[in-house]
Amino acid sequence: MKAGSTAVKPVGDAGSPVSPTGGRPDIEGVRRAAWRQRLSRLDTLVSPYVFVSPFFLLFVVVGMFPLAYTAWVSVHDWGLLAGRGDFAGADNYRRVLEDRYFWNALRNTISIFLLSSIPQVLIALGLAGLLDTQLRARGLWRMSVLLPFVVAPAAVALIFGNVFGDRYGLANEVVQAIGLDPIRWHVDTLASHLAIASMVNWRWTGYNALIFLAAMQAVPRDVYESAALDGAGRIRQFVSMTVPMIRPTVLFVVITSTIGGLQIFAEPRLFDTQGLGGSDRQYQTLTMYLWELGWRVRDLGMASAVAWLLFLIIIIFALVNLLVSRRAGTLRGQR
Amino acid sequence: MNRRPGFLVYGLLTAFVLGSCAPLYWSFLVGSHSRDVLTKRVPPLIPGGHFWDNAQRAFEAVPFWKALGNSLIVSGTIATSVVFFSTLAGFAFAKLAFKGRTPLLVFLVATLAVPTQLGVIPLFIVMAKLGWVGSLWALIVPGMVTAFGVFFMRQYLLDAVPDELIDAARVDGCSMFRTFWNVAVPAARPAAGILWLFTFMASWTDFFWPLIVLPASNPTVQIALQQLQSGYYVDYSLVLAGTTVATIPLLVLFILTGRQMVAGIMQGAVKG
Repeated sequence: MKAGSTAVKPVGDAGSPVSPTGGRPDIEGVRRAAWRQRLSRLDTLVSPYVFVSPFFLLFVVVGMFPLAYTAWVSVHDWGLLAGRGDFAGADNYRRVLEDRYFWNALRNTISIFLLSSIPQVLIALGLAGLLDTQLRARGLWRMSVLLPFVVAPAAVALIFGNVFGDRYGLANEVVQAIGLDPIRWHVDTLASHLAIASMVNWRWTGYNALIFLAAMQAVPRDVYESAALDGAGRIRQFVSMTVPMIRPTVLFVVITSTIGGLQIFAEPRLFDTQGLGGSDRQYQTLTMYLWELGWRVRDLGMASAVAWLLFLIIIIFALVNLLVSRRAGTLRGQR
Repeated sequence: MNRRPGFLVYGLLTAFVLGSCAPLYWSFLVGSHSRDVLTKRVPPLIPGGHFWDNAQRAFEAVPFWKALGNSLIVSGTIATSVVFFSTLAGFAFAKLAFKGRTPLLVFLVATLAVPTQLGVIPLFIVMAKLGWVGSLWALIVPGMVTAFGVFFMRQYLLDAVPDELIDAARVDGCSMFRTFWNVAVPAARPAAGILWLFTFMASWTDFFWPLIVLPASNPTVQIALQQLQSGYYVDYSLVLAGTTVATIPLLVLFILTGRQMVAGIMQGAVKG
């Protein structure tokens, strides 16, 4: 192949001035082959970049650049309508950190996140354990647990907003039926967090159970057999063998739900009609606070500071998850 | 192996599935009763006969059909675009040798966990400069690629396309793009279908960004739902009738493709 391309060149050069009657088609053919080969080599060289570049160009413009530019906006006075003002240094950050609503939103976010993620992971593990048996109509069961996932968060919020109604709500009906006082779901801080967390739990538990199920199915079956021989019961097997064996998957689910959970917006935002997180902001989350600063107060500088702080908080949480799980791993190893 | 489940397992699963369905039934139930019933008490557990009236009122209260059309256009375009660009880039990462492949791939994986949603403020500033605030372009353009999509397709194509097949196509004189089109695309179809579904769903259910850039007159379904509930007094018969109708498109999609969704989640879990 390589030898051919070097040999072609002189022939082609010689071919142009003279035109021998019989030789012409041949020379043309050789020339075309050489051209095609050069094209093909260029194709091989350049195509990969052409294939990946639409993604990278767009991703940098709509994904990475905005994130970086948020930092630039956050150190300026920047109005929604007025645009960029003076350089403000750390002023926006200072104002955010001095605002009691920031700390309120941070507390609410973490509280809702913990109330949603911990029960969710535990129930999903149990559910996956139930699904990881030789069920009849296995496919149907798996599909059924995924049903809530196709209901949009906005719709979930409206439905649960009604169920957790302060006056004529299904939840309070049940609470009263068992002899307790009705709960003010939209007023009491903890109650509102529970209601919002239940929306997240309802939508995501089945989804996460399927992820756990996939991991559980990769656990070799003979492990169970030897455990059964040792006299370990079903539940014992599940808690002390299955769950530890799928630890990486649990970590994966915890980290992804951390990233999503700390940005929770639609559920608390639509829990009441005002969209500010309750009369005393009992359930205003950080993303809601960001939205309020940016599009109500119209201070994009401060809103950007919140975005960066939230970014940092997410990273810290993800790292803590990693460390805790690694520590748990080494402890188990020592045992 | 004695892992045949007993009544307890079936009972617990049934309870869970009932819990999964209950809120949807509740939504339909409330939407099917008249406003008068709901102002007095919790409705009876048997549906009333006002569902269509309530839904009709919901369609009048907000531009519901327009919202449905907008959501279809936005989510359909985004899903198709993500699948195309992801397959293209995923193919290059999985199967083609080029300088800088490894660092670019590392960059890609590193960005998987970055919450790009936090870039909304500059994105809004740019959209305002372009004059796109209020139009569907503001939703479509930022959603056209995802790092996850590229990674997902790369992982799939790594095993799905044998290298010999690519070499053979090249020897036969196929250009790179034709090789991609004739060899990689057919092989990628199962994964592409799953990626399309999940991208469509994510875009359809998105609330935060549409709320920022779309006006009340040109909403997506989620924004229309939000408008149903504005004001101090909430008429739940109207709100939940609208919510029920708004949930139907994804329910239909779920009934048609639920199996693929389950397979997609379980595959992603094993590979990711």
